[in-house]
Amino acid sequence: MTIAEKLRLPAARRWPAAGAILRRTHRLVRTHAFRLAGLYFAVFVLSVLGVLFFVYWTSADFVERQTETTLDAEITGLAEQYAQRGLSGLVQIVAARSAGDRGDGMLYLIANRDGRPLAGNISGWPDGTLTASGSLSFQIEVPGRAHEESHPARGKLFAIPDGYRLLVGRDISDAAAFRDRVKTTLVWSGLLALALGLVGGTVMSRNMLRRVEEVNRTAERVIAGNLSDRVPRLGTADEFDQLAANLNSMLDQIERLMAGMREVTDNVAHDLKTPLARLRARLELALLAPADKSAQAEAIRTAIGEADRMLATFNALLSIAEAEAGVRTDFAETLDLAELAGAVAELYEPVAEEKGFAMRVEGVDGVLIRGDRHLLSQALANLLDNALKYGDGEIVVAVSREAGRAVLEVRDRGPGIPEREREAVFDRFVRLEPSRSTPGNGLGLSLVRAVAHRHNATVALADNRPGLKVRLEFPEFPAFAE
Amino acid sequence: MKLLVIEDDRETAAYLIKGLSESGYTVDHSGDGREGLFLATSGSYDAIVLDRMLPGMDGLALLGALRGAQIRTPALILSALGSVDDRVKGLRSGGDDYLVKPFAFSELLARIEALLRRGAQAPTETRLRVADLELDLLTRTVKRGDKVIDLLPREFQLLEYLMRNAGHVVTRTMLLENVWDYHFDPQTNVIDVHVSRLRQKIDKQFERPLLHTVRGAGYCLRAGE
Repeated sequence: MTIAEKLRLPAARRWPAAGAILRRTHRLVRTHAFRLAGLYFAVFVLSVLGVLFFVYWTSADFVERQTETTLDAEITGLAEQYAQRGLSGLVQIVAARSAGDRGDGMLYLIANRDGRPLAGNISGWPDGTLTASGSLSFQIEVPGRAHEESHPARGKLFAIPDGYRLLVGRDISDAAAFRDRVKTTLVWSGLLALALGLVGGTVMSRNMLRRVEEVNRTAERVIAGNLSDRVPRLGTADEFDQLAANLNSMLDQIERLMAGMREVTDNVAHDLKTPLARLRARLELALLAPADKSAQAEAIRTAIGEADRMLATFNALLSIAEAEAGVRTDFAETLDLAELAGAVAELYEPVAEEKGFAMRVEGVDGVLIRGDRHLLSQALANLLDNALKYGDGEIVVAVSREAGRAVLEVRDRGPGIPEREREAVFDRFVRLEPSRSTPGNGLGLSLVRAVAHRHNATVALADNRPGLKVRLEFPEFPAFAE
Repeated sequence: MKLLVIEDDRETAAYLIKGLSESGYTVDHSGDGREGLFLATSGSYDAIVLDRMLPGMDGLALLGALRGAQIRTPALILSALGSVDDRVKGLRSGGDDYLVKPFAFSELLARIEALLRRGAQAPTETRLRVADLELDLLTRTVKRGDKVIDLLPREFQLLEYLMRNAGHVVTRTMLLENVWDYHFDPQTNVIDVHVSRLRQKIDKQFERPLLHTVRGAGYCLRAGE
């Protein structure tokens, strides 16, 4: 590859390392964190420059004014001397003050009309320019260590009658040096502040970027299918940590729902296949014996019955899915739990009586909850259904108020459920061994649990000694008239 | 009696038309929401059976437009959506009854008949009578011949519903919905037990039974066999 060819390549390919840095820089520049840091940096730079300029300006101005004040005072003093002692007196004083180096850098010169000096420590009348404040700015030659140096000086004029002039000045090389020193200091401290700001801003934005990047990477992995990945937490309890915690619990919830969904699909596939196969077999058999009309009609009737049972199962599954959709807090209805329990119990009472069960509703009126009457009735109906199927002798529906919770219990005197199986019976299609021969689809308690969750209620199974106690605890709705 | 069936699924529509025609109704059919609305506003139908999801125009929107035009033809909504919320939405938008797919044809027929009667019935009636059975809505008493029959409040409601639909089949689901206002199917035969209790009281000591079980469908209160 010739150099010319090489040069035609994009920068990134000519210098791969540089390209990578460029890309990284480009990406960095595009981020919100970087832009925010940049904005702060700009504000920071402006304020630092402002402060430095102010410091410089005030200190320079201060020194200048001090010089002017000194010169004014000196001139006033000399003018008084002149008024008292005349020109010769003034010349004497100026000569005295000019003699020797007093270290204060004061300069004096009295000159006649032609500019010839009469007294003073300046060799000749200086050339200079007038400043805005009316003073004269000029240069003087001072003996330095090796050779003569030119120093800046500032002076004021005092006109004496008869054409004589008095110049009082001051060597301001110290002030100028001070000003230079201030200038240098300010420039350096400014540069230092800028450098610090740049480094700090970059570190800050990089830090922020890294944490956002972690969230992004986790999200990408989750999208790619790894649902159990979580955003790492640093335990700093700051906003990023909170964000991570919230995202993680969101992912937990999604994962739980997905697992539930998968379980349901598996269950449905498994538990509906059997009756479907049965249905198919029955219809096939009916087709095999076309001569026997009554047998065929009977087979079709049973097939319809089978299909109806499957539909009932489907409906139950759909109700569960609907109730499981999540906790709702916006129920429009306020329900009296005892009233609701009484109504459902009334529906089942004749069945209980027919089976020789004693069924009664115990409890207090005025225990109120917010909820969906249909869903709750269905849940309670399922519980009574179970109690009638598996219980014995007596069924009690009890409503009470305990520690601010509205409690609904259904107690039976059946064999109960062994403790280790009490959690499993809430799952869909789970039927315990002794009950497999009785009709049912194993969805009753699943619906109860789904309805309970919907109402932000808890459901638990306990030993009724003997028998089963199903206990639902709802958040109580505070009644006004109590 | 003229019915309008608005249903886009061909097979379901054919099944409905065949079944309803065989039951003695004249049936018009439309498979499209807009056309259905046009037919419903122009023809004089005794009842409308409509699917909830239709091409052209949603079933509920159709009902809304119909009711907005002051057409009060009783309507039964058929829908695959069976939640309580869906049902309430359907009834609020002007439906008179709601049946979830799939359904037994006997159930649909019983409900259409109930709808047709609802329109015809005089609402001021205070006394219902079937053969020698008499129910007084004001005094809330029931008599068969001269004998006063003592009923529990729920049994009274049950009998009232059966008497209002006398001579027609009433399904278990209709009873559960109209007498108890529950919209779920109880796994046990609770309704049968309630009905047999009522039967004990109104039929047991009398020669001629009035409350009949219709196999595969439900119950029917009628004077003859």
